[in-house]
Amino acid sequence: MIENGIGAAVRRKEDRRFITGAGKYVDDINRPNQLYGYIVRSPVAHARISSIGISSAEQIPGVVAVLTGADMAADGVGGVPCGWGVNNKDGSPMAEPPHPPLATDVVRYVGDQVAIVLAESRSVAKDAGELLEVDYDELPVVAGLEAASADDAPLVYDEIPGNICFDWEIGDKAATDKAFDEAASVASLDLVNNRLVANAMEPRSAIGEYDDGKDEHTLYTTSQNPHVIRLLMGAFVMGLPEHKLRVVAPDVGGGFGSKIFHYAEEAIVTWAAKRVNRPVKWTADRSESFISDAHGRDHISRAEMAMDENGIFLGLRVSTRANLGAYLSTFAPSVPTYLYATLLAGNYKTPAIYAEVKGMFTNTVPVDAYRGAGRPEASYLLERLVDRAAKVAGLDPVEIRRRNFIKPEDFPYATPVALEYDTGDYDATLDKALELSDYNNFESRKAESAERGKLRGLGIATYIEACGIAPSNVAGALGARAGLYEAGTVRVNPTGSVTVLTGSHSHGQGHETTFAQLVTEMLGVDFDAVDIVHGDTAKVPFGMGTYGSRSAAVGGVALVNALEKIRTKAKKIAAHLLEASDDDIDFQDGQLVVAGTDKAVPFGDVAMAAYVPHNYPLDTLEPGLEETAFYDPKNFTFPAGCYVCEVEIDTDTGQVDVVAFTAADDFGRIINPMIVEGQVHGGLAQGIGQALYENCVYDDSGQLISGSLMDYCLPKADNVPDFSVTTNVTPCTHNVLGVKGCGEAGAIGAPPAVINAVLDALSAYNVEDVPMPATPQRVWQAMQATK
Amino acid sequence: MYDFKYHRPASLDEAKQILSGNEEAKAISGGMTLLPTMKLRLARPSDVVDLSGIAELSGINDNGSRIEIGAMTRHADVAASEVVRSAIPALADLAESIGDAQVRNRGTIGGSVANSDPAADYPAAVLGLNGIVKTDCREILADDFFVGMFETALAEDEIVVSVTFPKPKRAAYCKFANPASRYAIVGVMIAELEDSIRVAVTGAGACAFRFTALEEALSGSFDADVVSKCQVDATDLNTDLHASAEYRAHLVSIMAARAVTALGG
Repeated sequence: MIENGIGAAVRRKEDRRFITGAGKYVDDINRPNQLYGYIVRSPVAHARISSIGISSAEQIPGVVAVLTGADMAADGVGGVPCGWGVNNKDGSPMAEPPHPPLATDVVRYVGDQVAIVLAESRSVAKDAGELLEVDYDELPVVAGLEAASADDAPLVYDEIPGNICFDWEIGDKAATDKAFDEAASVASLDLVNNRLVANAMEPRSAIGEYDDGKDEHTLYTTSQNPHVIRLLMGAFVMGLPEHKLRVVAPDVGGGFGSKIFHYAEEAIVTWAAKRVNRPVKWTADRSESFISDAHGRDHISRAEMAMDENGIFLGLRVSTRANLGAYLSTFAPSVPTYLYATLLAGNYKTPAIYAEVKGMFTNTVPVDAYRGAGRPEASYLLERLVDRAAKVAGLDPVEIRRRNFIKPEDFPYATPVALEYDTGDYDATLDKALELSDYNNFESRKAESAERGKLRGLGIATYIEACGIAPSNVAGALGARAGLYEAGTVRVNPTGSVTVLTGSHSHGQGHETTFAQLVTEMLGVDFDAVDIVHGDTAKVPFGMGTYGSRSAAVGGVALVNALEKIRTKAKKIAAHLLEASDDDIDFQDGQLVVAGTDKAVPFGDVAMAAYVPHNYPLDTLEPGLEETAFYDPKNFTFPAGCYVCEVEIDTDTGQVDVVAFTAADDFGRIINPMIVEGQVHGGLAQGIGQALYENCVYDDSGQLISGSLMDYCLPKADNVPDFSVTTNVTPCTHNVLGVKGCGEAGAIGAPPAVINAVLDALSAYNVEDVPMPATPQRVWQAMQATK
Repeated sequence: MYDFKYHRPASLDEAKQILSGNEEAKAISGGMTLLPTMKLRLARPSDVVDLSGIAELSGINDNGSRIEIGAMTRHADVAASEVVRSAIPALADLAESIGDAQVRNRGTIGGSVANSDPAADYPAAVLGLNGIVKTDCREILADDFFVGMFETALAEDEIVVSVTFPKPKRAAYCKFANPASRYAIVGVMIAELEDSIRVAVTGAGACAFRFTALEEALSGSFDADVVSKCQVDATDLNTDLHASAEYRAHLVSIMAARAVTALGG
């Protein structure tokens, strides 16, 4: 292994600045003459705005302007666009209502933007905001899926009947129905996938700045993908060409999906900054984040599995309603469709699958991708159903999985729901998980727990996910309105240091370390001589950003392709300097050597020759050493894994404690095992959070009643055990790195493992379901009900 | 946060002067409730009177039969106090279980008691241990002090000076914490004093209350088994996102039984 190269558990370069408080986040940036924006938000879930009185607010000293949706419309600012369109069963397009950045006539959720107050200080802006006189004529509210799908449900949009954005399907219905007709047994399940709030450590923030002299805009924003924001906001909202709009996403303190999307506030500050010709900063506080960051999950589903007499899966039928919230967030339609139902095959060779999904509008915050995005919903549904199927078939949960796994010789394996898995070895991964979790001795641990009055349960879940959505043309055919490639530039500086410009964006993932490892691996350059630049459209040529665990599998491969070009050119330069043939040059320990000889030139000398081309093949080679590659993958990658969770339940209180958790993951080749392990830990914590603690709850009037961390329970350090983590590597077959992606796995595989463990612990009570989060009260109630 | 005038008086008299006759003025001790409330703009005091400069409000003393804890004493100091730990270990344990390290380093016993948050821990201790709240003008018995949700017997400008606790023969506090806030969903303090057994419950009702039926039962037989025969009436208990009144009633029994067991009953 090359020191600090691929496979090395190198400590993260970026952590010094994060740990010492020297990171630079959007809210740390202050521009000369900057104003502060306070966004006035709707306190009601659905209302017609009959008037907005701004005069009292305007009179507060320090207030510069109070701007409303009418002002925005008058300036010709467009609506917030949706980046993915899906079609109904009949081929017609989904309903796509307009989404004005500031509401013009109707507000549709508590938190909907109504106006922005611009003032010399944050507190003055807020003081004035409270004096805004908005008359709301309240309209009937649908605050959740059940309310939205009732026969006489009020409508979120008058023009959208039944609150149905789309009624979508995938798979072969006839073949699936036939499988059920011929089945020896059927397992079925009704499930709720609870609504979540991402709660990144750093709240969202945006600064708009306008250069009057050059007629140029700059937006500093907490984004996972600044180029995408430039594209969406520039082209669709503001009507600005790329060269007039720079988007900077500096250090970003966590995203988990919630910072992928183009949010109204970004357009509002960009527009307002030009309007008053002063920079405008807006930063959410935590309460505001709860009602303005896109939420996640929120499904109600019915699932059925048809089996033969041996517990072999014959067919899977799924019907899901997905809450989209009040407006279509950027990638909302893709999450409960192509990122969800395409994963329903899981790790199993189910021959026929049919899924239908209704995307529904409600008077709640828009719902979009959150760590896993559709795949946790699929994994939870399938793995709960498989445990149920095991019961119905009279099989052990391990055995039923083994019987139905796709086997190594089946790859590449085309599922009945549009995906082609390239590689994997699910039995081997399961074996590793069972071994590491000491599965065989569970009964003795259970007995030991019983001695302490606790019920111990063990839950198994496998998962598969599809990462690095690709290729672009396929994604386009499925409704994506953007490409899904990545770009990377490698700039070798004259003295031999390397600057990498990547379109991926790091908001916690550690790209500054892992990408530097790729450079060290391929060029032999010292790890500390590599600088990774990301997050600025003025510096990085292009990029699609970071989400869906795509950075290594797409951005990393783009980088490797650019590095390959550098190697080719560097070899030519070295061949000239060493008077040898290109083909004979090898990279060795930071030098370029003539194979089989002691002739060598340091990489730094090659770089210098490229920029000071005095002794250089100018007739055949351009000076300079900088290369760019765009990489559009041939397929998704398919990380998969097996998780084993053990819980203890306090029968007196219903309290569930996760006492052991084992994760065996196949992420393909691993660049930095320490960072990967950290990603798994974080994902597992969030998955355990969904299973046991987190719940986003609205009351019937559309008020968010879990709107603070006093009521919305994020998992804390003492809520998770020491994780046992291992990997089982089958390299991805269609990218040169062999990598698959690891960012979301924990959040995808953990919830079903935890709930299967809870139900196992409660087996004596005959409890069929405890909805997530399995809070003490819910567990206690379930035990009472079946006593 | 709205603008306010900040005061840091050096004496009780001075503090009293600012608070008297100004209904909009608020005393602040640790600020663990008032500050977030002000930040959320849910409170708008004209004046904030910081009590941290008044030396006589701090400190822990053993007065022989009672332990006196100054109102401005931080939870962390009560938890770490040798005096408290040897005389009333249950009280030190309770203090150690409040919130998180930051809260324990800022929050005070006087502030907690004066606030009467329905889910706060200290009210269960004051009521369960039969404490006395000393103010700048009188002494108030625990039984008279907690009146309702965020409501006490204190007058608008009355300042808590200290809380005194008799030394119990034995006492234990068991809490079932809200997983999000770590406040008590239910907390039960059971104490055997010189002449009585007291059971105080926090988290379950509008404010801390005594569970007298259980007190009587335990006086007859100090045994965890009697607890299960003595269910608290759920009618007036709190229901929220985390726990229904019925579940809280159940938890009262469970926490009470655990406290009794911890005391060897």
